[in-house]
Amino acid sequence: MKLPFRRTDIGSRLGTGILAVSLLLIVVGIGAGFAAQAPLMLNGAGATFPYPIYSKWFDEYHKLHPNIQINYQSIGSGGGIRQLAEGTVDFGASDGPMTDAQLAQAKVKPLHFPTVLGADVAIYNIPGVTAELKFTPEALAGIFLGKITKWNDPALAKANPGVNLPAKDVVVIHRSDGSGTTYIWTDYLSKVSPEWQSRVGRNTSVNWPVGLGGKGNEGVSGLVRQTPNSIGYVELTYAIQTRLAYGLVRNSSGNFVKADLAGVTAAAASAAQAIPDDFRVSITNPSGKDAYPIASFTWLLIPAKIQDAAKRKALVDFLGWMLSEGQKYAQPLSYAPLPKEVIAKETKAIQRVQ
Amino acid sequence: MSVRSSIKTPGEGLQPVRPARRRGPRISGGLAHLLTLTAACTVLVIVGLLIYELYANSALSRSKFGWNFLVTQTWDPVFEEFGALPFVYGTLVTSALALLIAVPLGVGAAIFLAEMAPPRISGALTFSVELLAAVPSVIYGLLGIFTVVPFLREVVQPFLRETLGFLPFFQGPIYGVGLLAGGVVLAIMIVPFIISISREMLLAVPGDQREAALALGATRWEATWQVVVPYARAGILGSIFLALARALGETMAVTMVIGNDPKISASLFAPGYTIAAVIANEFTEATDDLYLHALVELGLVLLVLTIVLNGLARLLIWTTIGRRTEHAG
Amino acid sequence: MNRPTQRKIINGVMLSLTGVCAMVTVSILFSILGYLVWQGATSVSWSFFTQLPSPVGETGGGMGNAIVGSGRLLLLAALTGVPIGFLGGVYLAESGDKGFPFLIRYAADVLNGVPSIVIGIFIYALFVRPMHRFSAIAGGIALGVMLIPIILRSTEEFLRSVPDSLREGALALGASKWRMVATVVVPTAMRGIVTGILISLARVAGETAPLLFTAFNNRFWSTGWDQPTSSLPVMIYTYAVSPYEDWHRQAWAAGLVLLTLVLVINVTVRMVLSRNAPAQKG
Repeated sequence: MKLPFRRTDIGSRLGTGILAVSLLLIVVGIGAGFAAQAPLMLNGAGATFPYPIYSKWFDEYHKLHPNIQINYQSIGSGGGIRQLAEGTVDFGASDGPMTDAQLAQAKVKPLHFPTVLGADVAIYNIPGVTAELKFTPEALAGIFLGKITKWNDPALAKANPGVNLPAKDVVVIHRSDGSGTTYIWTDYLSKVSPEWQSRVGRNTSVNWPVGLGGKGNEGVSGLVRQTPNSIGYVELTYAIQTRLAYGLVRNSSGNFVKADLAGVTAAAASAAQAIPDDFRVSITNPSGKDAYPIASFTWLLIPAKIQDAAKRKALVDFLGWMLSEGQKYAQPLSYAPLPKEVIAKETKAIQRVQ
Repeated sequence: MSVRSSIKTPGEGLQPVRPARRRGPRISGGLAHLLTLTAACTVLVIVGLLIYELYANSALSRSKFGWNFLVTQTWDPVFEEFGALPFVYGTLVTSALALLIAVPLGVGAAIFLAEMAPPRISGALTFSVELLAAVPSVIYGLLGIFTVVPFLREVVQPFLRETLGFLPFFQGPIYGVGLLAGGVVLAIMIVPFIISISREMLLAVPGDQREAALALGATRWEATWQVVVPYARAGILGSIFLALARALGETMAVTMVIGNDPKISASLFAPGYTIAAVIANEFTEATDDLYLHALVELGLVLLVLTIVLNGLARLLIWTTIGRRTEHAG
Repeated sequence: MNRPTQRKIINGVMLSLTGVCAMVTVSILFSILGYLVWQGATSVSWSFFTQLPSPVGETGGGMGNAIVGSGRLLLLAALTGVPIGFLGGVYLAESGDKGFPFLIRYAADVLNGVPSIVIGIFIYALFVRPMHRFSAIAGGIALGVMLIPIILRSTEEFLRSVPDSLREGALALGASKWRMVATVVVPTAMRGIVTGILISLARVAGETAPLLFTAFNNRFWSTGWDQPTSSLPVMIYTYAVSPYEDWHRQAWAAGLVLLTLVLVINVTVRMVLSRNAPAQKG
């Protein structure tokens, strides 16, 4: 009986060949993997709010210190808090400070370090409307509660005389992921609208009465850009980078203020004097005639205790750089640098990282 | 050394022919058996571990909400109220919509490929269809965002609202993204599966059935529609269930076009949310344990749904193939 | 109109309709390809393949790390999934239909049907949390777990299609059962098995959901197997939902690269398969 030796030849040769190539690739891969371990890699995750400036910072810092790579992923403040608490990342970032309950539950206890000041702005995309809209707190709350459904609603028209608002449905766009930007926005709405406070509340993730969800600040700006007659909230930098129109908001003194460096710095002015030791503070709806009402600090969450000495040094060094050199990069990206009092206090606080 | 064949060969009586040189790896029988058995057991272990992990990591949510989880409409992380209903609704609606579009298209194409087309065209087209099945989900999502959604928003949805706006399905504001977009993108994704499996089921129908019908004077269409298709009906249904199971678990393409809003709405223009999409969006950020467990429980629900559907599908497909071997010859 | 004419008309109409259905489906494939090429071709450049992404909001940069990352993940997936799938397939092909083999087959079917996002949850709980890090290992294993049932099934099918006469011939010459399998059956079906493996690799190359919380993502070149790594599908997703035009452009380019890779593998192996001798047809 004739055995099919020829087929076996091809078969086993092909098989052996593939086996050999694979083994080679594995060896090369492992080798490359270990050889390339020279740079120290720090992994962080969290807020999309400061992502533009963080990505700039980590890029610049890497140029200054080529053996340190800080990989930051913007997955939302909720993600930053969660992954840091689980210990799957080396540091987190959030624009909503952790609550006492979250701190108690966390397996890894973090310290909050403010980095910059930013602002939530109301972006909108109304075909045919090029003017800058003015929003009252009641209008914003009404829109996001789903009570104001058309753009030509009297509440909006009253604050914007002379603007031809169309009789179209308002498309509300919010975050679909756990977000510090959402925290800031809902924190503000809770302060100015009792109905919002009781019905929805403030958190990184809420039960939105209406609207579509976009992932990250990027997703919300993307959706607003593509959806006519929509309104959303994003960090100022995103509005500027994507050239989306954003409105003025009336502050507690009755002035309509546009979000910019002056307005944001003014919002932080009173809080800066009396900032608590753990740096957790809310500056939405502050007093001050020039203050922009929806501004906030954003924090890096650094574990209080870091076992790995190399990582600890890298993070502490970075924080020092961030507080001195890093602040320069804030303004070109439309963030406000930290007030001097806060920088002074924070520089001392870095020592607390063990 | 057992000689199985009883056929006498010319060389019988001489020494058995030994291979000139050893081919392949030198594996002893026992070792080979052990290796393959271990691999097979690993599969079992993985499945067991998976079910265990899902079960254990949804404990908090299951104990707090019980069966109510499946019928609660709220999804509120602030007040810690979690319910699966909006996601189950979104998953089922988008999948049903996808089937509504894909089944006629797919079965029609399968009939064409199996019965009507000349062999070369059929071969080439089947090849193309199978390539469609290989396109990654995220690419469908990419195309969905930039082509399907604007098309729906500018053309299809206004048209539907004008013509069929009296139906509750086509009312409400038009966003582009939403349940309809999710359904359409899913339909495009599952059509290749329906076509390739239905085509095989149709080809499995014995020729004598067709010929008998034609001999009785049926037109080709009548022979196909009234004889062949009913014969393969169970298998075609099975292919539909398989496609459905695939649609249920689809994550990326859906989350990019569905609007990500956990609300239940009759209108297809409204945004929705599916189980897979909410897990993808919120898993890394579930800031406390109950939230995380609720998401894992959603995953468990999805898993159970897909297992049941897959089981039904296999049963139906085996029935068709079983009948074929019965009638073979 | 009399009945026979009516039937003929219906015949013609319905036949054409089914043809239309087939054409519609196939034209979708070509439109996808065409649209991707149109949008992405201009952006696929040398810098796209070699550079790292630039900071948010700045134009330029590339996806070099994503391409390499996808390659490493696939390598790891193959390392975990192929041995288990292949050996398991061999076991099933040489076993009966009842009892333990039936259980294995059922388990493989269940695993095949598990939604990819649930696999992500599974690997997160099993590897990412205990390891306290996102890593290429976790991502690779997630993809590997998805490979197992596909490879298992296709290996079993190709092995079963080897004619019994070959098996009996080997046994008649005195080979033990497993020696027969190892030296006769497997090599004969090897071409089909390899094509099955390649197709399944092409399939998981495009998977995004299981990587979202296992391999995570990385701004830089990933430095080791225990670090997060970028990958093509995740980058496509991230860039597509963003508001930056430049990122959209890169998403199209990445989509083109990924789709080309997947289609080339599929087309090649299917052509190789169809040229097999009838005895090896699967």
